[in-house]
Amino acid sequence: MSRLIIGPFNRVEGDLEVKLDMKEGRVEEARVVSPLYRGFERILKGKDPQDALVYAPRICGICSVSQSTAAAYALAGLEGVSTPLNGQRASNMILATENIADHLTHFYLFFMPDFTRETYGSEPWYAGIAKRFQAIKGEATQDFLPARAELLHITGILAGKWPHTLAIQPGGTTRSIQANEQARLKSILFTFRRFLERYLFGADLEEISSLSSYEALEAWLAAKGPDHSDFSRFLAISRTLDLAKAGRSCDRFMSYGVYPQGEEQTPLFAQGIVMDEQALPLDSAAIAEDVSHAWMVSDEPRHPSDGQTIPDPGMQDGYSWCKAPRLNGQTMETGALSRQLIDGHPLIRDCVARSGGNVENRVLARLLEVAILVPHMQAWSESLDLGEPFRHHGKGLPDGQSVGLVEAARGSLGHWLSVKNGVIENYQIIAPTTWNFSPRDGQGLPGPLEQALVGAGLREGEVDPVSVQHIVRSYDPCMVCTVH
Amino acid sequence: MTDRSSKSTKTLLWLQSGGCGGCSLSLFGAEAPDLLSSFEAANIELLWHPSLSLETGQQVLDLIEAIRSGQQKLDILCLEGSVINGPDGTGAYHLMAGTGGKPMRDIISELAIHASQVVAIGSCAAYGGITAAGENEVEATGLSFDGNKPGGLLGGDYRSDLELPVINIPGCPIHPDWVTETLAHLSSDQMKAQDLDAFGRPLSMAGSLVHHGCSRNEFYEYKASAERLADLGCMMENLGCKGTQAAGDCNSRPWNGSGSCITGGYPCIACTEPGFEEPGHSFAETPKIAGIPVGLPTDMPKAWFVALASLSKAATPKRLSENATAERVIFTHNRVPVGEGSKPDKKPSSPAPLFGIARRKDRS
Repeated sequence: MSRLIIGPFNRVEGDLEVKLDMKEGRVEEARVVSPLYRGFERILKGKDPQDALVYAPRICGICSVSQSTAAAYALAGLEGVSTPLNGQRASNMILATENIADHLTHFYLFFMPDFTRETYGSEPWYAGIAKRFQAIKGEATQDFLPARAELLHITGILAGKWPHTLAIQPGGTTRSIQANEQARLKSILFTFRRFLERYLFGADLEEISSLSSYEALEAWLAAKGPDHSDFSRFLAISRTLDLAKAGRSCDRFMSYGVYPQGEEQTPLFAQGIVMDEQALPLDSAAIAEDVSHAWMVSDEPRHPSDGQTIPDPGMQDGYSWCKAPRLNGQTMETGALSRQLIDGHPLIRDCVARSGGNVENRVLARLLEVAILVPHMQAWSESLDLGEPFRHHGKGLPDGQSVGLVEAARGSLGHWLSVKNGVIENYQIIAPTTWNFSPRDGQGLPGPLEQALVGAGLREGEVDPVSVQHIVRSYDPCMVCTVH
Repeated sequence: MTDRSSKSTKTLLWLQSGGCGGCSLSLFGAEAPDLLSSFEAANIELLWHPSLSLETGQQVLDLIEAIRSGQQKLDILCLEGSVINGPDGTGAYHLMAGTGGKPMRDIISELAIHASQVVAIGSCAAYGGITAAGENEVEATGLSFDGNKPGGLLGGDYRSDLELPVINIPGCPIHPDWVTETLAHLSSDQMKAQDLDAFGRPLSMAGSLVHHGCSRNEFYEYKASAERLADLGCMMENLGCKGTQAAGDCNSRPWNGSGSCITGGYPCIACTEPGFEEPGHSFAETPKIAGIPVGLPTDMPKAWFVALASLSKAATPKRLSENATAERVIFTHNRVPVGEGSKPDKKPSSPAPLFGIARRKDRS
């Protein structure tokens, strides 16, 4: 048995270290370390509840709008204020913009460059992939960065800026747009769609989002060939490297649901869980955070409405600043794969039924979600009614408890808020990567990534397994959210 | 083709500590040109950036060692995020991954010695920033400031090989242009101490106030004030806006194509200023004494400001006072309610609400 420590683990958002116990060239046990603590939950105590809208987004520069949204939902719940349809559509568009920018930042900047590593130098596909996806100098980066910047112009119109906007408020958004700006939103989406259809998919978005089974995907890839688009390049590499067999984890999936639509607030992507291949409703009362292996003062597992954060770097069994959230005592995987599975997309259902949660399916679900979301954004931008309000104002915040649940790009994000005497008494946050990259719990149950890494092997001549790089990044981790 | 080999390439290393990564994410939105073209044009060679570079783990530790031993030249060291000293001065709240437990703070100070110039990216690295909020239990500081006091990790006396202090590019987050332009200026060997203000901020951005170019300036002139977030009026009187006191060109240099905090409908929270994270009041409420806002423009006698404000308030055209508390323009400059512009000769006897939501008294 030998121990391998990988860090700084980059091309993830924030700081990450992975400790591996290796046996006969395979990972026997993994421990995931979040090495940075900033203490936002403690900063928020005693503040004006409205100021959560300033502090919470600054937990994370890549999921900033998701943090705003969760905080605004929690405040709106407490205040009892509803959101007008324009506010709902504008909020959805801002969140979707961040979500898509994040998915593609992950794909182009964080995930694909790993296939340009030296270890793949003798693969027949290497030269083409290196030319396209090389870090910093690759063609794809040059295509992607301007497209991403232009997509983010949507936030310039609807939210002032990204990241760290204050435009998302309980009851809607602060920016009522005019007809020329609505026209501009449409043209930005038109242009971004063209980028996706030209470079990422080489096909209409509807052609991608209507792929309904693994066989249909195989047939699509066979018809187009590996060099057809960035999507097909990924699929082809994934097939040759068997990435559908890499990084399988607990196969229990969770989504809080996201993008409320209409007066009924029905989420575009449904809420729920999938375990033992069964779709079930989510019972958020069954969430508890365990701190037995975190650098936190020891405590019973607690529901976040009653949670506490008391750091203690001297804790004997602690090895991460990350707490271990569990649902009914079990680990849950969260992210685009969970979201699309729970929403029942037939391609994702079929892929998960065949091979579970794994590197290929996680990346596939992310790209599929981009193809699904952009047409919805187009519809939301069309349906903004410029004669109607974007925000309802509440009558002030009473004392009490509330919760804001949303899906960030990386998965389920929850804010649990208690207000007493007009100030924040307690604020607890569980971010997507807190779920995915949690340490062991009091039962010794490893977190989802820790489970996913077991069995990862070395390629010939490797000391530092590249498979670990793929598995870790397949979750698109956000470490600054994880500990906050 | 231009021969770029004749100019010396500047190497740049980017590290992150107690922050959110949002400055990098904002920077990746640089436009005309994009970030990587901008670096290339400025002869900046990126040795390593946590989000962009292929190298991971041991390769990064090797690079750091090469800089420490003098084998690798380092011209520009950028830090994003605050320096974390807690708890109790140990730095244990941020141990650098892969080092077996070395505080990130120590890595930063060791590399700073070898860098020709140190640059703080964002208000966290400059002063401590949002990470220093609350009781600052994590003991966050900036590189050469601790809040508004000289100090921090490298001390207020730090001078680079170029005889410059730490260059502080503030903001939460930074505007991409502030970084690309400052780094290009630095790389051209033309930057002088007089290009920076007393906080080490480039005058190219800190020479302006956020107020300059504010699209709500006419409301400001007449003190026609917004009452609630989403209203169109000036946000200084009621909603905490600090645009008249904060460094930045946010309203003359658009964010994400066309935006700014103020065009977005919410106040400037002075995120480019030290201590912005603890304003001593709710961010979106203006503290007042006897009805007069506490935070008036810093370089104007208060009595004069108050006198001018009451005069201009008394003279406020109805158009502005009505529009100030509406979410979209009710009256255009020729006093015609929006939507009746095709009949410019029609004289509105009383302002008619449009869209059913326009005027405060019509709202529930």
